[in-house]
Amino acid sequence: MKSRRLLPVLPALTLLAMLGPVVAGLYGTVLPAFGHFPAAGLTGPTLSPFYDLFDWAGLPRAVMLSVGVGIGSTVIALAIVALLTAGWSGTAAFRFLERLLSPLLSVPHAAAAFGLAFLITPSGWISRALSPAVTGWDRPPDLLIVQDAWGLTMMAGLVIKEVPFLLLITLAALGQADTQRSVAVAQALGYGRLTGWLKTVFPRVYAQIRLPVYVVLAYAMSVVDVAVILGPNTPPSLSVYIVRLMSDPDIAMRLQGAAAAILQLGLVVAALVAWRIGEWGVAILGKQWIMSGNRGKIDPIVGGMALTAGAVCAFAVFAGIVVLGVWSFAGFWSFPNFLPDQLGLRNWMRFGPGTLDALGETALIASVVTLAALILTIGCLEAEYRHGLNLTARGMWLLYLPLLVPQTAFLPGLQTLMLNIGADVGRVPVMLAHLVFVLPYVFLSLADPFRAWDARLGTIAAALGAGPDRVLWTVRLPMLLRPILTAAAVGLSVSVGQYLATLLIGGGRVATLTTEAVALASGGDRRAIGVYGLMQTGAALVPFTLALIVPVIVWRKRKGLRHE
Amino acid sequence: MNKGLTLEDVAISKGNAPLLSLSYDIAPGEVLSIMGPSGVGKSTLLAFVTGTLAADFRATGRVMLDGMDITDAPAHQRRVGILFQDDLLFPHLSVGANLAFGLRAGGTVVDRKTRIDAALAEVGLDGFADRDPATLSGGQKARVALMRMLLSDPCALLLDEPFSRLDTALRAQVRDLVFARAKARALPVLMVTHDVEDAAAAGGEIMTLTPLH
Repeated sequence: MKSRRLLPVLPALTLLAMLGPVVAGLYGTVLPAFGHFPAAGLTGPTLSPFYDLFDWAGLPRAVMLSVGVGIGSTVIALAIVALLTAGWSGTAAFRFLERLLSPLLSVPHAAAAFGLAFLITPSGWISRALSPAVTGWDRPPDLLIVQDAWGLTMMAGLVIKEVPFLLLITLAALGQADTQRSVAVAQALGYGRLTGWLKTVFPRVYAQIRLPVYVVLAYAMSVVDVAVILGPNTPPSLSVYIVRLMSDPDIAMRLQGAAAAILQLGLVVAALVAWRIGEWGVAILGKQWIMSGNRGKIDPIVGGMALTAGAVCAFAVFAGIVVLGVWSFAGFWSFPNFLPDQLGLRNWMRFGPGTLDALGETALIASVVTLAALILTIGCLEAEYRHGLNLTARGMWLLYLPLLVPQTAFLPGLQTLMLNIGADVGRVPVMLAHLVFVLPYVFLSLADPFRAWDARLGTIAAALGAGPDRVLWTVRLPMLLRPILTAAAVGLSVSVGQYLATLLIGGGRVATLTTEAVALASGGDRRAIGVYGLMQTGAALVPFTLALIVPVIVWRKRKGLRHE
Repeated sequence: MNKGLTLEDVAISKGNAPLLSLSYDIAPGEVLSIMGPSGVGKSTLLAFVTGTLAADFRATGRVMLDGMDITDAPAHQRRVGILFQDDLLFPHLSVGANLAFGLRAGGTVVDRKTRIDAALAEVGLDGFADRDPATLSGGQKARVALMRMLLSDPCALLLDEPFSRLDTALRAQVRDLVFARAKARALPVLMVTHDVEDAAAAGGEIMTLTPLH
């Protein structure tokens, strides 16, 4: 009887855990943005924080960076994924890329960004591989590649991480559309495979991946860790500037930081609206293209380019991780040698103990948050199954809302609010902040397999006398072991990768692998970055590996559960 | 006490569209076969009897089992067994554990194991207790599913197109087995089917539903 009272409460609790901090954070941002900040003895309302912000000479550049990098990286990533899927889905090359997806996805943004930097700097691996034979360089050229003023490297760093994400989402959407027959019909009518896919399948698929695309856009516009590592410094992107203001010892700077956060929110909302209008434009052009009857003469060229781009993205992440690993064991490493002159464990001896402390903190936070997210998610899905409390299309928006509101807009406010009410920063608030981001991903990961479970098994079990709780614990959850572990791995990797939430809500006192690694960015100690980056990647990658291996071992004698 | 399964003025509608309505007394050991085109609500009727009707359906009328009104009882307390066209053995449990899931709780470990082995022997599957259900043939799975259901000691049996996945040779064999076991235990049987042969083999009343709208 207990569950009957508890279960319907869980969806409400889930919404509260996801949206409560977002709403509270936005509230905590709006107040100081208009000069109301009791903790510093200031009462509003006044517009002076905005005047201060607009006085900053770097603002136009920071805004342009935020908008340009955000929209640019999203357009590029979406184009690569759409053309790649259009030209290659169902082929061996595509299946190979598909298999790389999980590991690519689990690599934290910061580690991927460091890896990319180590590849493409003037003294990076690519330059070393080509020097001096091709380039003639015997010393690193004086070029500003990483942290370039236009944010191009930052854009690249985002693209290599967004491509696997969008590809995964697209694959999930493909399963729900009757794609292969559509393409077959188009091909029978003389269309190239890529053009046929774009004209018949893409409109249906895009309708389903629209929200995740918006998430990518909002994320790219407001990302902090990648911007710190790969973005320009003078001026930085708006989100980095916000974090600088919020970390300023002068507490009055927080007012300007809050004003900048409101500006960031406005920019993201405006960009989303502009994107929506752009969708209509693309739809009109697309209809004309369909009416033209164009069969796609350049399909092979476009398809080849898309495959190359996809492969480059995968390569950049993997080679980046490898070069992090090489640096972590490197002693003296002179240019242009491809491998270090000396290899050894010195870096690990030196930084290892520090990473272990950070690993403990990271693992503790990630485990607690993921467990909470799993309980809430399974509770919601089970309540939906038992009581018909279905998530409608509007409910899906609620699920995506914490991912659409820029982190830099509500996390500073949450921190300020906690300061104002005298709440302590630290581990538990950090966990609650992580939950905001972990919950939607765990839910999205588990919802489809949970709902796809054959409900007739539940009917059978009930007919055999098993009550709802027994059906859940002894039939449904064991059968769903693999998707549950995958969802857990997703949750863990999201938590491991959290930078801003840990930094701001932890008040700088909660040191995870990610905060420690990003803090090393300004120092440029490649050996330390190698050690921390590798540990960070491992912390996210190991759970994914376990999620693959454990079901195979547990169900080694159960053929019926092997291919799910 | 009035033994058997009684459907009393049962009427089911989806939204505002009436789907079906019927009244019938199924005596112990008797089979009522319900036929009709797809979408007429045959499986919906079974869902109403098992207590798993989806939220978008509305049903009126009573379901009485051995004189007890089970219309509003939770699904797991109705003692109504059901077999689907798929065996639906739990893929994560061994054959023996599937049967143990069905067997009413109680009794010693040894006692339960003996009953499970006996049930397997009854359908010619001696020594199958430790097998993975996925390694069984279609006919073997169907027999395990039948015994799992019977071990739960049901007071009525529902069949939802139960033989349509089996090939012709196997079909008659499994069908005879199911009806013989039901008769031996004096269970009222409600079967929905597309197949005229199945309905004829059941040897009971055949009711054909037609769309109401």
